[in-house]
Amino acid sequence: MMWKATSAAAAGLLALAPTMAAKASDDGVVAHVAYTAGVIDVAAGKQALAKSKNEAVRAFAEEMVRDHGAVNEQALALVAKLHVTPRDNPTSAALNKAAAEASHKLSSLSGSSFDRAYVTNEVSFHRTVNGALRTTLIPNAHNPELKALLQTGLRLFSEHQMHAEALARKLR
Amino acid sequence: MCGPSLLWRPIIALATGSMVFAAAGAQQRPPATYTVVIDKMAFGATPRGAHVGDTIIWVNHDLFRHTATAADHSFNVDLPSGKSAPTVLTRAGTVPFSCTFHPGMKGALNVAPGQDRGS
Repeated sequence: MMWKATSAAAAGLLALAPTMAAKASDDGVVAHVAYTAGVIDVAAGKQALAKSKNEAVRAFAEEMVRDHGAVNEQALALVAKLHVTPRDNPTSAALNKAAAEASHKLSSLSGSSFDRAYVTNEVSFHRTVNGALRTTLIPNAHNPELKALLQTGLRLFSEHQMHAEALARKLR
Repeated sequence: MCGPSLLWRPIIALATGSMVFAAAGAQQRPPATYTVVIDKMAFGATPRGAHVGDTIIWVNHDLFRHTATAADHSFNVDLPSGKSAPTVLTRAGTVPFSCTFHPGMKGALNVAPGQDRGS
């Protein structure tokens, strides 16, 4: 079930590529998608902190809330400085829709089944977002400072992906 | 006359002084302080010529909380964003370190043996 939501988000991100190529680059859209992904993962982390009692899962969730929160704070400061207006777009909408579905499913789970589902979802979420950063968001970012922040974001989220994958193996 | 003559006294003093100085040179190289900067999800360059007894100041310029954690557990420093913290080197050799939150962030310190401090 969770996979379905994630693949919808992946489809949304893939659909972004041709649209953005046609419009040259649109930093407002790029910033909005990256920011939305951050907000989603902070919310997922908070949900995990409210529900999970597993120490390793809680430590992971705390890291997600802290790191994604920090990137987004920087992203907001940057778009304000650059006078870029984040623009809502179908990709952000698809991400939000998928996240709402995932969160709803997770809310009905508890204990180790919640932990496994949360971490599995985090693995696929980070894979999807990292793929989008690599192939679409970073190449389409026009402003060098925005591009640099996205590149730092990719390094960070790749670490998160590895952390989530290691945690998923541990919980299996 | 049992003590040294006035003429010899400064020479002896000088000789004693240089012996102390030489001993200090061999045994008590003054501890040095080095800085390793963390930014954009990476550790910066580590110092060349660090010795046991020297201090590394870890400076976190990044947006994220990191740690500098030795593989041999000889140090483990928590570094919230924008903070710095020192570590005194206690072990000689190559000391690999990483960030416990982001284990792909890695580095290594090459630490020469320290001098025997008066033992």
